[in-house]
Amino acid sequence: MFGLEKKDANLLLFVAALAIFAPFILNPFPEGSAMAQFNAGYPDLMQRFAIFGIFAIGFNILFGLTGYLSFGHAAFLGVGSYAAVWMFKLLSMNVIPAIILAVIISGLFALVIGYVSLRRSGIYFSILTLAFAQMCFALAYSVLTPITGGETGLQLALDDPRILGVSQTPEGNIPVPGLFGLEMRESFEMAVGPWVFTFNIGYYFCAIIMLLSFYLAIRIFRSPFGMMLRAIKSNQQRLNYTGLNPRPYTLAAFVISGMYAGLAGGLMASMDPLAGAERMQWTASGEVVLMTILGGVGTLIGPVLGAGLLKYMENILSKINKGVLEGWFSFMPDGMSDTFVFLTNLFVGKQWHITTGVIFMLVIIFLPGGLVELGKRISGMFRKKDDDNTKSAKAEPAE
Amino acid sequence: MDAIILQILNGLDKGSAYALIALGLTLIFGTLGVVNFAHGALFMIGAFCAVTLNKLLTLSHVVIDETKTDFLGNPLKVQVPYVNDIFGEAAGAAIIDWSVPLAIFFAIPVMIAIGVIMERGLIKHFYKRPHADQILVTFGLAIVLQEIIKYFYGANPIPTPAPDAFKGSFDFGAAIGFDANTIIYPYWRLVYFGFASLIIGAVFAFLQFTTFGMVVRAGMADRETVGLLGINIDKRFTIMFGLAAAVAGLAGVMYTPINSPNYHMGMDFLVLSFVVVVVGGMGSLPGAVLAGFLLGILESFASMREVIDIIPGINQVIIYLVAVIILLTRPRGLMGRKGVMED
Repeated sequence: MFGLEKKDANLLLFVAALAIFAPFILNPFPEGSAMAQFNAGYPDLMQRFAIFGIFAIGFNILFGLTGYLSFGHAAFLGVGSYAAVWMFKLLSMNVIPAIILAVIISGLFALVIGYVSLRRSGIYFSILTLAFAQMCFALAYSVLTPITGGETGLQLALDDPRILGVSQTPEGNIPVPGLFGLEMRESFEMAVGPWVFTFNIGYYFCAIIMLLSFYLAIRIFRSPFGMMLRAIKSNQQRLNYTGLNPRPYTLAAFVISGMYAGLAGGLMASMDPLAGAERMQWTASGEVVLMTILGGVGTLIGPVLGAGLLKYMENILSKINKGVLEGWFSFMPDGMSDTFVFLTNLFVGKQWHITTGVIFMLVIIFLPGGLVELGKRISGMFRKKDDDNTKSAKAEPAE
Repeated sequence: MDAIILQILNGLDKGSAYALIALGLTLIFGTLGVVNFAHGALFMIGAFCAVTLNKLLTLSHVVIDETKTDFLGNPLKVQVPYVNDIFGEAAGAAIIDWSVPLAIFFAIPVMIAIGVIMERGLIKHFYKRPHADQILVTFGLAIVLQEIIKYFYGANPIPTPAPDAFKGSFDFGAAIGFDANTIIYPYWRLVYFGFASLIIGAVFAFLQFTTFGMVVRAGMADRETVGLLGINIDKRFTIMFGLAAAVAGLAGVMYTPINSPNYHMGMDFLVLSFVVVVVGGMGSLPGAVLAGFLLGILESFASMREVIDIIPGINQVIIYLVAVIILLTRPRGLMGRKGVMED
């Protein structure tokens, strides 16, 4: 199907099913019940699942296949956001041209930065990309304020030209991003008994694009080009000796993954038409590294899972506060419940970063292959055989 | 001329901080071969050692002072720090005033302990793993450490003043024959520079003139051979890690009066310090120090009005720009050894 092998086609179908039924899967608890806070089926979060999924898929094409660890990938996301918002300001509120421009501009950025950075490898490459991203961030914050909006970020205004659209709606509001009349923020709710499921147009738009980019990633992974990238990761020197110049391949991978990041940025701006410099900060770059590793480097599904897990934790953990915890531990004797509340409070609410940090460290230490490896190990335990397979499938960490 | 001297001086304090952190980073890299992304967090923890000591010293209890009254004539409640009770009023006040320098003695054991625990508990298991894994795990550790600090101390910067004796500024211009008030430099920054030079000198002397340092240098050059000679090099490297942590911590302690510490100061400095290490040359201690001061001074020159007018925004990107140029033209950095991490 679609020129894929059966296994990959099944994987694609699985992800497609996940994406289509996400509003159901993510809302397993009835509205108003005590567990409802673990529901993640609201549009904003689902959109972010899809968008960061794209970002991580793209990052994985670079890091997972070639082993080059970029610490500045958020710069492309930021550039993509800016490009998309400018398109909304100047052309029209249709998301298609905005996303196309976002991809093109971030691709150009990636071409320039990649051309320079890829002259070095290993930790130097990480630091070069980091340096470039920090430069972009610093400039966006200061000198480029006319283009980027500086600290306040780039926002739409009532007097923007919008040549093909309208500057303002008849009611005098800023128009919202849409796709040929379909507004991105529109959603309709379906109530089934105590459950409420929300279907959001923006989310489904993101999900379709995510599926397309996932499909593309599978094709890249299985292509001769993907094989070449893997060869670069496993032994670049040998590749050199066979008379191949690896740089065009790594550069292509870098540009592709930069375009993925730009696509994610463009989508982000399409869902919520503003762009800020903090999206380019190196902590944001660190986040995508986290997602990819959490899910499983170099695997197809890993980055999507990792992005989902991280964003889920971010939203759900940060909602739990001390009051909720006290409710949970109220069945215990007083002193004990206080200790438990104190201890668990370290990991939830505003401190959710601690949880992700700890999980991330544990994954690196014990499970270098991420969630995918965990799944393999668990299924291996049940099968009690082909231990060697799981060992050889362990993702080779990049140099 | 006076403007140039002023900028050089301005660059010195930031340069000192860069140099100290980069020195620790290089020590760790040179000895253990580990790229430590948590080094900025150590710098930050050092700064919070000063904050903690300050808080501990100013712990107070309420005393009703009969001699003072509020406007209704009731006796006034006064906060009296416990140190005043122990050492008497004058000495107590002096101790609180000098809390930042005193924090040095508090920070050294704390930082060495943290460093050793970190090395034995975590880093040890990553010697044989690729650099990317080391970067990632220490990056995770840095996140955890910084968020824990944020949990206990809050997200806002905590002002921690220098002793009163060092408040105010030194009229450097008048001292070397320029007009008065052209080159004014806060005393504490001079202290910081002096302190940094002292630490750097001490580290180099330690490595150069002691037997322990000699063994460590030998281990840096060829770990295996030193091990074959029957020397427990791992233990010494662990101690060096503790020492590097202490250097970063002290840099943080003394930096608190210059810049009120907040939980993300470590990350801010870390990125720059890495750039410093790369510019200086991976694994080269003198290179790290030189590049630290050089980049600090360059940064302060780039933030001059005249320079910004010519190239807007240069002050924000100068360090990264230098790093990019150095990495592309001289891969091993300013003073890096040939063949060390050159690819």
